[in-house]
Amino acid sequence: MAIFNLTVNGNSKQVDVDPNTPMLWVLRDHLDLVGTKFGCGIAQCGACTIHMDGAAVRSCQLPVSAAEGVKITTIEGISEKGDHPVQKAWVEHDVPQCGYCQAGQIMSAVALLKDNPSPSDEDIDNAMNGNICRCGTYTRIKAAIKTASQNV
Amino acid sequence: MQNQFSNLSRRSFLKSSALAGGGLLLSFSWLAGCKPNTEELLTLPEEWFRMNGYIRIGDNGVITIMSPNPEGGQNIKTSMPMIVAEELDADWSKVIVEQAPLDTENFTRQFIGGSQAIRVGWTPLRTAGATARLLLMQAAAKSWNVPVSEIKTENGFLNHQSSNKKAHYGELASLAATLPIPEEVTLKNPSDFKLIGTSKKNVDVPKIITGKPLFGIDYKKEGMKIAMIIQPPAFGMKLKSFDASQAKRMPGIVDIFQVKSLQDDYKRTFFDTVQFTDLIAVVGNSTWEVMNAKKAVELEYELMESYEEKRDMFGREGSRFVPGGLESDDSQEQKMQEASKNARVQRKDGDPETAFARASQIIERTYTAPFLVHNCMEPMNFFAHVNGDKVHCAGPLQKPELTEQALSNRLGIPVENIEIEMTRLGGGYGRRSYAHWLIEAAVISQKVNAPIKLIYTREDDMTAGIYRSRYQITYRAALDENNDLIGFHINGGGLPENPLHPNRFPAGAVENYLVEGWEVPSNVTTGSFRAPRSNFNASAEQSFLDEVAEAAGKDPLEFRIELLKKAKAKPIGENNDYDPDRYIGVLELVKNKSDWGKQENGISRGVSAYFCHNSYAAQVMDLKVENGQVAIQKVITAVDCGIVVNPDAAKNLCEGAVIDGIGTAMFGEQTFEKGVPKNKNFDTYRMIRMKEAPKKIETYFVENNVDPTGLGEPAYPPVFAALANSLYQATGKRIYNQPFSKQISF
Repeated sequence: MAIFNLTVNGNSKQVDVDPNTPMLWVLRDHLDLVGTKFGCGIAQCGACTIHMDGAAVRSCQLPVSAAEGVKITTIEGISEKGDHPVQKAWVEHDVPQCGYCQAGQIMSAVALLKDNPSPSDEDIDNAMNGNICRCGTYTRIKAAIKTASQNV
Repeated sequence: MQNQFSNLSRRSFLKSSALAGGGLLLSFSWLAGCKPNTEELLTLPEEWFRMNGYIRIGDNGVITIMSPNPEGGQNIKTSMPMIVAEELDADWSKVIVEQAPLDTENFTRQFIGGSQAIRVGWTPLRTAGATARLLLMQAAAKSWNVPVSEIKTENGFLNHQSSNKKAHYGELASLAATLPIPEEVTLKNPSDFKLIGTSKKNVDVPKIITGKPLFGIDYKKEGMKIAMIIQPPAFGMKLKSFDASQAKRMPGIVDIFQVKSLQDDYKRTFFDTVQFTDLIAVVGNSTWEVMNAKKAVELEYELMESYEEKRDMFGREGSRFVPGGLESDDSQEQKMQEASKNARVQRKDGDPETAFARASQIIERTYTAPFLVHNCMEPMNFFAHVNGDKVHCAGPLQKPELTEQALSNRLGIPVENIEIEMTRLGGGYGRRSYAHWLIEAAVISQKVNAPIKLIYTREDDMTAGIYRSRYQITYRAALDENNDLIGFHINGGGLPENPLHPNRFPAGAVENYLVEGWEVPSNVTTGSFRAPRSNFNASAEQSFLDEVAEAAGKDPLEFRIELLKKAKAKPIGENNDYDPDRYIGVLELVKNKSDWGKQENGISRGVSAYFCHNSYAAQVMDLKVENGQVAIQKVITAVDCGIVVNPDAAKNLCEGAVIDGIGTAMFGEQTFEKGVPKNKNFDTYRMIRMKEAPKKIETYFVENNVDPTGLGEPAYPPVFAALANSLYQATGKRIYNQPFSKQISF
């Protein structure tokens, strides 16, 4: 066990955990931020996507020891009132079905639009390739990303 | 259509609602702790007045409607309250929706399955809304001293025109609560619907997009420990011994012990399917610590003997033979071939033998499909706290009413001492009907005497069984010299489940018809999977009919309509389980919307249609194959599910069915080597991703005033064959075996 000082959603947090603990479980079990979801544990499904200094990463593969000194952002931290253009687009297109993967989808979409504000269909396909939606809301996700791209 | 009187046994329905008391409903709901945005926008009422089991009306006019059924993505949490609000004439913008806990006293059929929630809830929900409205009208009439027949309601307000009196519902709610429940209520004429048929946003979306705790896996309680299980590595094996001495010393570990989920002599009911009942439980302070300790437990397994599993299927007692042995893909296939030679007749019309003897053309094809894993994105999990003779559980499950019985039996605690909170399901698709994990969680909590949350890893989930069965169907069609279909022969079965629906189309449309079925026992556990059995039947049958149409020199869409017209004009045999008119209706609609017969250059197109869960669906799929790669351009779906409550949400569900169907047809597969499930996670179990989804999906509904029928499943089964048939048009190759990706690159 060791003490780690983290910056999560702009707040300083301290946790005392095994250095190999993935950020996914630090967020969920120790910091009560359960918006980041467990899906596969091997970086195949994207449900656990968070931002490390603005870039999308799979938190199930990010040990807490590598998360010090960087800015971690989770779904709870991308906007104050759930009104990030991507979140608003998700509402407009009524995207979710079961909703479980959607936090990860949104985190990937926000990172994409930050780097590439006007993505092509192919850009969207590539950026979202790591996120599985079992209910099959892909066409709505893509439409929502296009709507959001006009408002970021 | 006439106004209708409810023919429901409303007295008992409303009486039982009135017994439990509103406070109880509130106290059950942990989700109420994280208030929806609507609650933040509206001032919460000072006092709640309970009208009946589904509705509370606050003194400020805010209406809370309890959504009784679990929500797993079907959008029931929005559409069920919409039905209540319609009859209540409520202002939807002032309606707050809460998830009801499991409450068998107050609610009927609180489960997900068979696409039946809206169909079954339709009349009770409308009656509840209409009763609340009438009570309010009676209260207004009493208060204003005017005849009730002169009171009008609109958008949450009562008014009496001639005396110029107006009040919002909240103002009369207390008085209404003192009135006796009316004997009879009049339900609206569907043509007067204002809310039903308009698109309303999913009420949980604001929470979903901000990461609020909604799902079972997010559940947390003071003092709660994390638990995981270790199950045998192979079907046909069982735990012999274990050594956890080293694992127990690892950081954060509370205890490691053996548990038994269901007792060997327990008579299992329909959804008590589970192979691995002897498990190791690892309990600790955090998920990561438990995951690590799990790997350090030393385990020894032995072969399991064959046995008879005792069953009590809704009162019918029996048993199921569970063979010992370690099954592999090849050994299973061999047994299926053997069994298909000893099939039993499930339906026979006319003289199939003679028809085939005089046929001028016979087409015979065999279709196969592998085991499938549900792969809900939220892994199986449940919270349980067994505290003496009181049980509190919370989590995602599809059939809480049925699981509650099994849990009560296992713990020896009466049902009335068991409280089950229903959380949002991160997917169900049938998997969460089999809630062995709830029982495991409770047994573990009982042992450690603490609240625990059981979590499956993805690997635990994918290798635990309850798969979609492995299937095979051989079809034979006899065409005469005029290319008329004169004989049809189906030989189908599965390991372990027989997929056939012997009375479905094209039964009734062919003079000489033979259906033969078979089953092969297996120790691999299987269960319901989105549109059970239909998901394979449709795939095989609709692919085959395409080929028969081609052999007969007919347009595949017109060929289906021709057969359905025959079935309508002169139905063959008895118990034909479909309505030819509604079937033709979806084919005509998809034909019209797709401009069938006028496809673009370079686009290949296929059609498919199916009836299941009381609804009809047809699809036309357009695709291109470029450099051997499939690219799906467009899928058009036509559905007849009666009245559509929430059209945009209904479309979302159908779009999902299309994408799910394409993904499953292309990639879905679980295979075995000596009893070991080979695919354990998404690195080898391929799931459809965004780039493989159709570029465009359009969904159209047949407009009618038929009471709603199912929608969660019906649009799914026809997708497989729409894909196979359009791929044939593109490549000239018929696909007979799933997953299709073994034959074509995607």
